[in-house]
Amino acid sequence: MDLDLLTNILYLTIRTGTPLLLVALGELVCEKSGVLNLGQEGMMLMGAVVGFIAAFYSGNVYLGFAMAACAGIAMSLVFGFVAVTLNANQVATGLALTIFGTGLSAFIGASFEGKTITALPTLAVGFVETIPLIGRPLFAQDAMVYFSWILFIAIYLFFKQGRGGLKVRAAGENPTVGSNLGLPVLKIRYLSIMFGGAMAGLAGGYLSLAYTPLWTENMTAGRGWIALALVVFASWRVGRIMLGAYLFGFASIMHLVLQGFGLSISSNLLATLPYVATIVVLVFLSKNIERLKQFEPMALGKPWHKTH
Amino acid sequence: MDNTKRLEMIGITKTYPGTVANDQVALSIRHSEIHALLGENGAGKSTLMKILYGVTKPDTGTIIWNGKEIRLANPADARALGIGMVFQHFSLFETLTVRENIELALGNQAGNSATLATRIRETSEKYGMPLDPDRRIASLSTGEKQRVEIVRCLLLDIQLLILDEPTSVLTPQEVERLFETLRLLSKEGCSILFISHKLHEVTALCESATILRHGKVSGNCEPKQETPASIARMMVGEDTPITHNAKRAIGGADFLQVRQLSTTAADTFEIALKNVNFSVKQGEIVGIAGVAGNGQEELLKALSGEQPYGSESIWFAGTAVDALSPMQRRRLGMAFVPEDRLGRGAVPEMSLAENTLLTSFDSGLLKKGFIHFPSVTKLAKRIIQTYKVKTPNELAAASSLSGGNLQKFIIGREVEQAPKLLIMAHPTWGVDIGAQVAIHNTIFALREQGCAVLVISEDLDELYNICDRLGAICDGQVSPFVATDDLPLAQLGQWMAGDFAADAQEVAA
Repeated sequence: MDLDLLTNILYLTIRTGTPLLLVALGELVCEKSGVLNLGQEGMMLMGAVVGFIAAFYSGNVYLGFAMAACAGIAMSLVFGFVAVTLNANQVATGLALTIFGTGLSAFIGASFEGKTITALPTLAVGFVETIPLIGRPLFAQDAMVYFSWILFIAIYLFFKQGRGGLKVRAAGENPTVGSNLGLPVLKIRYLSIMFGGAMAGLAGGYLSLAYTPLWTENMTAGRGWIALALVVFASWRVGRIMLGAYLFGFASIMHLVLQGFGLSISSNLLATLPYVATIVVLVFLSKNIERLKQFEPMALGKPWHKTH
Repeated sequence: MDNTKRLEMIGITKTYPGTVANDQVALSIRHSEIHALLGENGAGKSTLMKILYGVTKPDTGTIIWNGKEIRLANPADARALGIGMVFQHFSLFETLTVRENIELALGNQAGNSATLATRIRETSEKYGMPLDPDRRIASLSTGEKQRVEIVRCLLLDIQLLILDEPTSVLTPQEVERLFETLRLLSKEGCSILFISHKLHEVTALCESATILRHGKVSGNCEPKQETPASIARMMVGEDTPITHNAKRAIGGADFLQVRQLSTTAADTFEIALKNVNFSVKQGEIVGIAGVAGNGQEELLKALSGEQPYGSESIWFAGTAVDALSPMQRRRLGMAFVPEDRLGRGAVPEMSLAENTLLTSFDSGLLKKGFIHFPSVTKLAKRIIQTYKVKTPNELAAASSLSGGNLQKFIIGREVEQAPKLLIMAHPTWGVDIGAQVAIHNTIFALREQGCAVLVISEDLDELYNICDRLGAICDGQVSPFVATDDLPLAQLGQWMAGDFAADAQEVAA
């Protein structure tokens, strides 16, 4: 295996991992506030189609990303209204959101299939790009990759040091106690859900504006679900989300890797790897319930309303 | 004492659908005064507290704080004024640390994290209740959790500290330490509102008291001038008997024997039982005291058969019952009144009749394998009548009954089985004095019939009142058991704190 192939694999791992990282970070914040939103896939698809259309008409790919985030937020508000304000079952609501988003995005995007736009350009950081092996993967990516890193650090610090992060965790830990202490639990949850929506929208946009700059129906191909698995895989810890995203990204370009070794295994089979990894991790996690309890939001997925 | 008024509540009325929780209630507290708010469960204490802390808004009424009329929209408003509250059910996030919990409650007044940790250390030590800011709440004892609640209030420069039944979770020694802290606070000018239904604590600590009954103020007094009996009268009214005979029994042969019972904890939230040994005789009431979370739940699960374990440790009337399921144990004559009424004792959504069926189906309620509803209804009606359960009829859902009424029903249901052994957890927790007396009399009657009774409770007054022999549980180990009348409260307190190694050797020797 030569250096070029290795460089290429690293480069692609990061590109493939980026949408996963974005959507998983969003879902992590959402789940930390105690809300389980299974609508990631639907929100991503809406972000992808709306972002594509905006970029197609305006010719501005950055406007496309802005609109993708807005589409994600709009979808998440639908979820928030039903699951938080009306207190419906979060699992059912999230599933409905995914089905809704899948259908609506296909409908909106029908006439844009096969159209092309100019992809998000890569931003090479001058000479460092020429460093062997890591130069291209780390310093010749597009703006969204860098943005995802900044975001990752911001969220890490948000939970590590920020009072805001503490409030989000409190809302997900025990909303009743939080409310008694005067925390605006519903507001916190809404904001977390909206953040999750924006991230899912951006992740969808990344697929249709950067990764493969075109729109096809159902183009997220289950990445929303992988992101949900990722949050569990990371056992609700920010650092592990990044590790997991790139690991999952790597797993989904496995066929390229194996070709490099001259092996040929069905790419469909290889696509199951992230899920197998999640199941294995879950089994290991459940062996140490105590540790899991330290990070899993205790009120996750439980409907809650102010009682007085 | 400073005679200016810190707080005045006038004409507070709050109506919930179906009940008037507070009816023209007045309450007034002076600077640096320790004031008691007394009343039975359901008398309206909690509602009044919630109004004062900004959690609930009153329908009518005025609150005057330091001479100015105020409106409280939320707890943050109350805290901003200098009103702090220690809840009975702790308002703590179990998986967060002490510092994080306090930071959340203080909001913008928390300052930066490092300074906050130092402030927590200093304040907690100053008031004699040291705390480590970096420990997780889940790893703290109940007494320590309460310290977190109190220190959280103290960091806010409070002028009024409200404590809702603060002693119900403490050992007698911890109670004494808490009282010292409160007296120190009061000396520094802070007013304290102490909510309780334990009369001797109120007489020991408080300078004045407001007594609530059925949502109305039924009296004001200076507790030190009153006797517990006269205060109790104001709490329960004239028509309820509040004394009963505390005749002790010796008991017959050992009926329930627990020998070297040990279990393993499934996670850190559980307590492992370690070599538990005790026995209950026929016609005897044995009590186990202890602060919540010291293995009571695990002991109950082992006794009832809910939690399997692998030894021959529980002997009932001469046979080991360890391998038997809860149902098989019931068939042998063991009956249980669990701590958790809605969930373990009864199914909340099911009617009283259906709940009767749950544990009594063996007593002629089935015909050829089918439920015979007329018999079920008859039994349910009899329980409701005999045990004076207040409910429209036997079709009412278990969840619609008040805690005390449901408890009377559950105890009645178990007693009607004519058990040979009755195991009860916190039998009168949250039950008013009238119902308490009724429940105690039922227990006494059972004892007279030769039934063995085991009572696990945190309420020491109750244990001293009804038990013939008494011991304590701490961290999964039990103390020796001795006749109630030979056990001074101080000794029991030490046992509850786990200090019984020396005594255990003495008893064994």
